[in-house]
Amino acid sequence: MKAIPNLHLEADTPFRAPRFSVSRAMVLTLGVGWLAVTTLPFLFVVVTSLKSQQDTYSGSAWSLPSALDLSNYEAVLNGGFWVYLRNSLFVVGLSTTLILLTASMAAYVFARMNSRINKSIFSIVVAGMIVPLHVTLVPVYLMTRTAGLYDTPFALIGPYVASSLPVSIFILTEFMRQIPRELEEAALLDGCGPFAIFWRIFVPLSGPGLATVAIYNAIALWNEFIFAYVLTSTPANRTLPLAVWDFQGQYASNIPATLAVVTLTSLPLIVAYAFGQERIIKGMMVGSVKG
Amino acid sequence: MSFIKLPMATMPKRSRLGRPAAVVSATFLAPAIALLGIFLLYPLISSFRLSTLDWNGLGSTERFIGAQNWIHLSHDPAFFKAVRNNLILAVFSVLIQMPIALTLAVMLDKAGRGSRTLKILYFLPLLMSSVAIGVVFKNVYDPNFGPLNAALNALGLGNLAQDWLGDGRFALGATLAVICWQNIPFYMILFMAGLSSLSPELREAARLDGASPLRIFWHIELPHLQGTLRTGVLLAVMTGGGPDGASELMATYMYRTVFSSFQLGYGSTIASAMFLIVLVVASVTLTLTRRFETQI
Repeated sequence: MKAIPNLHLEADTPFRAPRFSVSRAMVLTLGVGWLAVTTLPFLFVVVTSLKSQQDTYSGSAWSLPSALDLSNYEAVLNGGFWVYLRNSLFVVGLSTTLILLTASMAAYVFARMNSRINKSIFSIVVAGMIVPLHVTLVPVYLMTRTAGLYDTPFALIGPYVASSLPVSIFILTEFMRQIPRELEEAALLDGCGPFAIFWRIFVPLSGPGLATVAIYNAIALWNEFIFAYVLTSTPANRTLPLAVWDFQGQYASNIPATLAVVTLTSLPLIVAYAFGQERIIKGMMVGSVKG
Repeated sequence: MSFIKLPMATMPKRSRLGRPAAVVSATFLAPAIALLGIFLLYPLISSFRLSTLDWNGLGSTERFIGAQNWIHLSHDPAFFKAVRNNLILAVFSVLIQMPIALTLAVMLDKAGRGSRTLKILYFLPLLMSSVAIGVVFKNVYDPNFGPLNAALNALGLGNLAQDWLGDGRFALGATLAVICWQNIPFYMILFMAGLSSLSPELREAARLDGASPLRIFWHIELPHLQGTLRTGVLLAVMTGGGPDGASELMATYMYRTVFSSFQLGYGSTIASAMFLIVLVVASVTLTLTRRFETQI
């Protein structure tokens, strides 16, 4: 009699010995299979970037380098990589700051001042999420030329901030709506005006929302290609995604050099990812509110 | 009227929120509205205006030609080919990405804590720029030196090796594969998030009642995910498979028309048409999937 409940208990404890089952095998197969699909291209890129050019033509694509060849990295790092990196940091840093500032100001209004006109403005702003960015490309290009900003990193700031605003405002409005009203009523009694309430209550309490919006936009803009390609023309003013493009033209048939550029340009984000995977994954999933 | 135009600096430093809410609203909204007006709304309207011009984009040589560009577009085989291929990419993206992403999500959900490392690694492709991915897969698909054909040869499947991007029969499929490679993890994590809100008691109860994992999936997990699935389908359709696939082929055609053939007016016609197509596709998808809407 005693043995039966015991057995039952054993089978239900999380510390049971791994049992073979069909579903377990499927999880494993699929999990490992997709892992291979995901990581093998990365492996190929890194391994090939360490080969000499001759190596890539003589050996198989999957063979290891016959000797470690770092000359490709040297050439890329001495060939203007740092300028592209600096431009990317500048453009993405300034754009993200402006997005956070303007979007949180607008979100504060939409979250708290529910006049009829504000509601209609909110709907129009949110509808901006479905505009395909390519549609604005030609007019923005013409405007940039007229404004004399063509081929400067500043040309990218306006389009980058504007294209990020609809989704950022939407997210921050949702976030700020959940901030309890009692806090601002107390501040109001203390004599705070709307600016003080915004700056001392809404901004600090929206920390997690602001972080999510910052991550989402910074990654999207860090990888943006078409506007950067059209609005700038010289390497001195271009961002990292353009480095891949420019070097590719320069090293047309040099596969290892091209892949060294890919590795180097992808590295900053992957390093950032190594430090905060969960935050970055969460930040990037925010894009799904677009549905 | 004049008090609305009062610069904020002259306002008393400590004022009540009771002060005209319209002034506060206008001040806080101004920067965002200005940016959206200049860089989103104006270009959108301007694109339609440019579509009535015959212009190479240089100097003031533009000529108003009315609807001629639109008439030309309505029987431009290159445009219709781009639209068709874009729609194919969108439809197949949904058909391929959703089931694989869903399967991976359900399996990782069952695997519990051990799935964390896998999730982190699966996510890597989403950090890459579209141009870097393009360069990587151009090399992966390379008929002579590419690892894909090398792998097929090594596995004794050498007769399957192809000129993946050069051969018209495979190019679209090869592109589709890259879109899926990058975006399946996105939808997978979207579904994992959806599954995490499913109460464990419900599944446990079904399990104790003797329901097989497949039945649990079909009758509990899948219905629970229908709102998430709708979001996923909508995203995939609207972006042509993924954020960077964004109506890519139509956009490429537009780009070449403007910046290589210098037909700025006609390029703007393509862009405007693209906007209208995205609008129609989005509303059709929204309507078709309305019955799957769920409140979270």
